[in-house]
Formats: sequence, structure tokens, C-alpha cells
Amino acid sequence: MSVPEFKHTHSAHCESGVMSSMLRHYGLNLSEPMVFGLASALTFAYLPFLKMGGMPLVAYRSMPKSIIKNIQKNLNVKMKLETFSSKEKGEARLDELLSEGKIVGAQSSVYWLPYFPEEMRFHFNAHNLLVFKKDGDTYDVSDPVFEFTQKCDKASLTKARFVKGVMAPKGLLYYPTSVPTEIDLKPVIVKSIKKVAKSMLNTPVPIAGLKGIKYLAKAIRKLGKKDKRYSKLFLGHIVRMQEEIGTGGAGFRYLYASFLQESSLAFDSDATLVEASEMFLKVGDEFREFALIIAKSVKSKKEIDYEKIANKLDSIADEEKKVYQKLLEFCAKH
Amino acid sequence: MDINSVPQDDSSTYAKNKKAIYAKDEDGSVKVVGSSGWNVEETVTKQALENLLEHEAEAYCEVKKGLKSPLYYYMYSIRMDLQVLSESTGFFKWTINRDFKPEVFAKINEKRLAVYAEAMGITSENLKVLQESNYECT
Repeated sequence: MSVPEFKHTHSAHCESGVMSSMLRHYGLNLSEPMVFGLASALTFAYLPFLKMGGMPLVAYRSMPKSIIKNIQKNLNVKMKLETFSSKEKGEARLDELLSEGKIVGAQSSVYWLPYFPEEMRFHFNAHNLLVFKKDGDTYDVSDPVFEFTQKCDKASLTKARFVKGVMAPKGLLYYPTSVPTEIDLKPVIVKSIKKVAKSMLNTPVPIAGLKGIKYLAKAIRKLGKKDKRYSKLFLGHIVRMQEEIGTGGAGFRYLYASFLQESSLAFDSDATLVEASEMFLKVGDEFREFALIIAKSVKSKKEIDYEKIANKLDSIADEEKKVYQKLLEFCAKH
Repeated sequence: MDINSVPQDDSSTYAKNKKAIYAKDEDGSVKVVGSSGWNVEETVTKQALENLLEHEAEAYCEVKKGLKSPLYYYMYSIRMDLQVLSESTGFFKWTINRDFKPEVFAKINEKRLAVYAEAMGITSENLKVLQESNYECT
């Protein structure tokens, strides 16, 4: 059997990047934005009770593994996900799959991956990458958030795959067993857009969706009463969750804007979708402005204007609301 | 954002790597552009790193003075905190806190030490002694 040469693609987000590269390799040509969009991966949640490095979790996308799961469900792709009880079994299975000519997705910790920039190595356990070749004790890795493919030694990769703790990967490996080559995307597009819009607009819990954004704004207003050092770290943390760790806030809005633009082509350049795409690009810009205000405050020795930062976030939530309403208009037509 | 506005700030935190950003090109289509860094992001990444480094330096001095066991320093030196160390070892926080006491840590059994060593990616032997570093302790 001839195996096509694997092609690495630079992506904005690890999980959608891995899934896009993997599906393309097996004959289903879907861009990263399409994978991200069709998996309804856009979201927001502020989880003050879940701590990361002593700071509350701010999530701009759905739970790890949800893209893999939603793509399976929505596109009729069959995936096999395997976790392991021991390192040895996990190592052996990866080698076995590679020797069968497969490319394999893996979950790993960022900290233990040697090719990550030193200053970016933090303990985050839900990073996704693709292993496509093995040469001696070195793996060729397609890490979607890197521009080029990377090399990783066996010991480091195993360490990264078998860290314990929150979102522990347990050596997770995944690969498709059946990939359709022809799909009628139109109904899936409508369905997945509807899901994102509805969940952002109408979540029953105050910590998620647009309510979650407002809730975070409220928490920022309260920072004035707290220790300044903590407040600055908290603000910096919000931006890190948004920009550095998985390109959250702005990055995902741009990614989703790209998805809407590409989707509009399937609907004869539907004007509503095109407009929504433009609106999302603007929301993305607003998120970046929000990050800029925070970075300035963090650096400055002057008093921080928490009200201004919170107001900015509130206005983003209001702007974003209009986009979801626009998207529901589109869904109602189709 | 359009492609010309994608920041190219050569952030040290990227270590010469590029990050993919989706932006609008001249024809209005949204596609990936590599960004060499963004000052805003660099500011907050470095802020977090400095915070970790401060913890590390303080911990070093406390161990040096015999107030804490080497475990305490190594935890910070690999960017962990009590929460992460507890999750990575499966040990309760209060038991780890006990191991931060030099007199308790001196008598730690090898099995428990090995669990720490494994989680922290360091040998049991190295974990027992404080590695000389040039932090200034007052």
C-alpha cells in the first residue's frame, strides 16, 4: 500500500490543527477553521474554582478532546482513542502504529517537550501533537502550533505523554479508522453554528458563554479591593489564557471568522455569514485591544483603572452578542 | 485584523518560532500568517515567569538556610507549585508540606522519594541535595 507523504500545516490551535492535518492525510480535505467550526469549538468559560498556577481557569474554547469527539459525531469520522496503564505499553503501541504507516495524534504536557521555547514551558497537560515518523529513538513530530516539524527524543515524549494530574493524558493516542471522503457540509455547518450561537447566548450557568464574559468583568471590578501584586498577576493571567495558551480570545475569534467565511462559499456567499465573519474579525480586534490595555496596566506603576478594563470586556460581550444573533438569523433561513 | 497588522515583534518568548494568526489579506480572505511575537503577550508571559523565578530564588535561600528541604526548591525550579506537585505525585498537600521540613525529608523512604523524582524528572540522589546556584540570599 502506498502511503502519502505527510504534510505539516501551521495552525492556530493544537487540537483543531492535529485533526485537520490528520483528516487531510487520510483524504478528507478540511482546513483548520472548518474543523474548529464544525466541532462547535468556540466558547467561553470563567471557572474561578478551577485553578491553574494558583489562578482561576479562563477557557476560550471547549474542553480538551471535544474537537476530536465532535468531529467524529458530526462528520461520521471513526476515531480510535487509546490510553495506557503503563509507559511501556504506551511506547510500544505508538511504535507499532507508526510501523503500520499510520500518523498518530497524541496528548502531552507542554512542559516536558524539549522543542518548546524555554520561556513557554508551563505545566499544561492537554497539548495535542501528531507523530508521523520514527528514526532510531527520535520521533518526527508535527506540532500544529509550530511553523515547522520538530524532533523529539523518546524519553521526553514518553515523559510528556505520561504526566499525572489535571487533564492527565494517560498516554492518549488517537487516529482515524474510517474517514469519509465526500460529505455534504451544509447541514453540518448550520447545525454547528446554531450550537455555538445558542450556547453562547443562552447558557443556564453564569460562568459560561456571554454571561461568563460579564462575570469575568465583574471579577475584574472587584480586583481594586485586592492586593495589587495579585491583581496584576490575575490580569496578566487572563491575557495569557487568551493569547499565549492556545491563542484563546482574539485568536479563536479570527479562526471562527475564517470558518464563517469559508462556510459562506457553500451557501453561494451568503451575505449574513459574510457579515458575521466580518463582525467576528472586529470582535477579535477588540479582544486584542483589551489585552493591550491590560499589558499597559501591568507594566505601569500608576494605579490600575479596573473599571476601564472591565467596561472594555463588557462591551466585547455586547458586540459578540450581536454576532450570535446574526448567526441565528442565518440558521433560521436554512 | 489584516495581515499587515499582525504583530512581528520578535518576542524572546517565541525563541525564533512563529505563531499562526488568522488575518485578512488584500483580497479579503482570512488566512494564516506567521507572527514572530507580540509585545503585549511577551509582557504577560514574562510577568508570569518573573513571578515563578522569585519563588524559586526565595525557595533557594530558605533551603540554604536550612529552613526547608531541597524538595521545596526543586518544586519551584521546575515551575511547579504545591497544587501541581500534589497532582503529579498523587500525594496529599499536607504530606508534601511535611516533606518540606528538612528533618522529615532527611528520613524520607526511598519509595516516596522515587515518586517525587519521577514526577519532577530528576534523580532521587539529586533531589536530596541542593544544587549550588548563585542566588543572593540575605
